[in-house]
Amino acid sequence: MGMTMTQKILAHAAGLDKVVAGQLIEANLDLVLGNDITSPVAIKEMDKMKVNGVFDKDKIALVPDHFVPNKDIKSAEHCKCVREFAKRNEITNYFEVGEMGIEHALLPEKGLTVAGDVIIGADSHTCTYGALGAFSTGVGSTDMAAGMATGKAWFKVPSAIKFILTGKPSKWVSGKDVILHIIGMIGVDGALYKSMEFVGDGIANLSMDDRFTIANMAIEAGGKNGIFPVDALAEEYMKEHSTKKYTIYEADEDAIYDETYTIDLSTLRPTVSFPHLPENTHTIDEIHEMDPIFIDQVVIGSCTNGRIDDLRIAAEVLKGRKVKKGIRCIVIPATQSIYLQAMEEGLLRTFIEAGAVVSTPTCGPCLGGYMGILAEGERCVSTTNRNFVGRMGHVTSEIYLASPAVAAASAITGKISCPCEL
Amino acid sequence: MKNAKGTVFKFGDNVDTDVIIPARYLNSSDPAELATHCMEDIDKDFVNKVKKGDIIVATKNFGCGSSREHAPIAIKAAGVSCVIAETFARIFYRNSINIGLPIVECPEAAKGIDAGDQVEVNFDTGVITNLTKGTTFQGQAFPEFMQKIIAAEGLVNYINAK
Repeated sequence: MGMTMTQKILAHAAGLDKVVAGQLIEANLDLVLGNDITSPVAIKEMDKMKVNGVFDKDKIALVPDHFVPNKDIKSAEHCKCVREFAKRNEITNYFEVGEMGIEHALLPEKGLTVAGDVIIGADSHTCTYGALGAFSTGVGSTDMAAGMATGKAWFKVPSAIKFILTGKPSKWVSGKDVILHIIGMIGVDGALYKSMEFVGDGIANLSMDDRFTIANMAIEAGGKNGIFPVDALAEEYMKEHSTKKYTIYEADEDAIYDETYTIDLSTLRPTVSFPHLPENTHTIDEIHEMDPIFIDQVVIGSCTNGRIDDLRIAAEVLKGRKVKKGIRCIVIPATQSIYLQAMEEGLLRTFIEAGAVVSTPTCGPCLGGYMGILAEGERCVSTTNRNFVGRMGHVTSEIYLASPAVAAASAITGKISCPCEL
Repeated sequence: MKNAKGTVFKFGDNVDTDVIIPARYLNSSDPAELATHCMEDIDKDFVNKVKKGDIIVATKNFGCGSSREHAPIAIKAAGVSCVIAETFARIFYRNSINIGLPIVECPEAAKGIDAGDQVEVNFDTGVITNLTKGTTFQGQAFPEFMQKIIAAEGLVNYINAK
């Protein structure tokens, strides 16, 4: 009986020749990460532990990104706690305002996450790094504390679901539509406790940014991790961004999967998740059959869709057009380097001339922190990852999750729209 | 480990961490403060009604969404003695054990218990008793090391005590 890609990485990290689904293992960690919300709780827990500092100051990443630049005094205190901990422990990869970005866009860009790594992060979207062939998963603050102290974590080896992607997505269909389609198909607990392994020749037609988006939302199907095989494009990305040694793992031919789905990317349509669960998906064609869904706000950004490809698509749609009067359109490049690149490519000019605002990197509005909170009954089309009740503001507000293309088109028309309608 | 015993608050599928503790309150990590907003976006009156020892029962995928440990911390600090569900989201499950909030997966109990029922949970045997209806359910018993983690009020104290 063979192993899945995830199982092979975990076996290696646990110093074992073989693991099987359900087995409890203790694995060595290549990176432990936290943000300004989760790290203060972890630091408090670590202070209670009888340990002398962290296991490896180079293998911890601290990224204040959620309520940063500080949204209020309490957030400022949290950031101060993280900053002082980083200083006290000489953490190499602490990213202050000015160099920080949204953690899951920033760390691959900084070359800290590569194929074969085992990564835990006190943030549920830590699963993003599977796009590069790493095993990465979200944990809580106590696990983060134990990881920082010992460099190890225990895992139950997951079983897996295989998604065979074939074909080429059509114009205006992106990684976001692929993952929303999958979540709509299997549900928000469809991959509970499991790995989601993406394979197939269709992957060659997905950019790295598409793959980051897909792996990022594995958690929205309940997945423990999402993971892609490492191809030439992924290797090129790692060589460009990292000096770390990477290891490529491939699933055995006789690896066991709980389920297998085949998805022809050429048949997918722009897809939108309606309130209040990511599984409530409708294609743009179904939406065209409904009464118009008028909106108040658009957010383009987040760890899901704040990368350069996302901004390019949004700018392509907004170029020479105007955000509809009365609609707020908020664009948030995910990192400083994406921000700079967007500036050099003229994308920021396009956004500003269209009547959108452009913000410094922050998770802010995605989780209802700040920078775009919704009032009672307001509706938002957002490229973020969750549309739970009250996620972005008032409990009666509504979030529609969509791709940057659909979000930008909706900002222009004031209702949920596809660029093909413009 | 001591049995949990209390009145049941019942919830449905996919109760997410954003409704358990909305992110607008995550600028605090103080358990007592978090407890005052527990379940606020799904049941505004929960914090006024809940009494020490009460039990939450829900159907599938309880605790889905974010990795915030503030969610089980808020539930525990609100006085809840146990959460029973058909299934839990995996990060929430880990976090609950790590902070010492007992949680039990039991699909039958999740179906056979209603709001307001008096329920008792024996963590040694995994037996859940609905005292109101006179029915019992077999949930998963905690292995000894997990009982010790919970009894020590969490993973950190457990590690320190070893």
